[in-house]
Amino acid sequence: MMVMTVMNEREKRIRAKNRALLAALLGVVLMFYLIALARMGNW
Amino acid sequence: MSQMTSAELARRDAAAFGTSAGDYVVLLKPRVMSLVVFTGFVGLYLAPGHLNPLLAAVAVLCIAVAAGAAGAINMWYERDIDLLMERTRNRPLPAGRMAPGEALGFGCVLAGASVMVMGLALNWVAGALLALTIGFYVFVYTIGLKRRTPQNIVIGGASGAFPPLIGWAAATGEVGWPALALFALIFFWTPPHFWALSLYRADDYARAGVPMLPVVAGPRETKKQMLLYTLVLWPVAVAPALLHVTGWIYGIAAVILSALFSLLACRVLAGSDAGPARQMFGFSILYLFLLFLLMALDRTSGPVLGLVSGLAPAFGA
Repeated sequence: MMVMTVMNEREKRIRAKNRALLAALLGVVLMFYLIALARMGNW
Repeated sequence: MSQMTSAELARRDAAAFGTSAGDYVVLLKPRVMSLVVFTGFVGLYLAPGHLNPLLAAVAVLCIAVAAGAAGAINMWYERDIDLLMERTRNRPLPAGRMAPGEALGFGCVLAGASVMVMGLALNWVAGALLALTIGFYVFVYTIGLKRRTPQNIVIGGASGAFPPLIGWAAATGEVGWPALALFALIFFWTPPHFWALSLYRADDYARAGVPMLPVVAGPRETKKQMLLYTLVLWPVAVAPALLHVTGWIYGIAAVILSALFSLLACRVLAGSDAGPARQMFGFSILYLFLLFLLMALDRTSGPVLGLVSGLAPAFGA
């Protein structure tokens, strides 16, 4: 029972970290797209 | 069963569950970052000319990320002394919640990314200044000075003074005299700010072997130096008004706030307990925040002018 709880908590933390990393990567892609638009004077 | 310390508990927790996303946020020193971001933004806002709002936001983001990166690398290098100090022993590295290499890698990636984006999106003068700031904080302050000399935060304070310079450079592509005045303001503000903290944390610093001024020269000498620096701040704080970056309202406020800062330094010098030092540390943050806020509100060009200085003729001034 104790082992299961530890495993669940560990998986939960890994999943949260992966989601944060995905959000950061998507943010970077969006930022580069917007920078390109701003530098080209279209926005 | 022997009682476990909080650090031991945290280490056991980390071994079982792994590093949490929140630990990465702690690594970025968000409280330090907030003041850095604010002063960087004001530097950018005071600069002449026009900058696309999105690029301005990117510049501020780069300053924030670079400050966080420098903080992460600093925590990696100082993990041994952080474990010895009450204030820092629960950070992710000394508490054992994160592997040292993970923190170093995180810091280096963010440092490189922030400099590259600043250079590519804004200009390379700002990018180079950002790289210089990170390098100064890590190599000159953290590795070179902090454990060797009581002048560590006097010279190292330059790294905290760069953000308005970077903001100005991001907007204009160069470093002007007004930006140097903002640099000087933070540079001379840093020693009394940190020495106020180290006065009531002297035991912590002594335990960790960090030669802060109160540890090496004693409280009396530290208090005298603090007062001297607050006096130097008077003309430095007024300089943006003299250079016509801001209006006279800021100039008057700068004199009043600097007088209060010196008054608190006098109280610290006269007192013997930790109370006045704590009060001075708190006020020092408010002092810098208010000065930069007033600079932004009372700048001599741009759309906000009418809100403050522009009201003066209406009141017969």
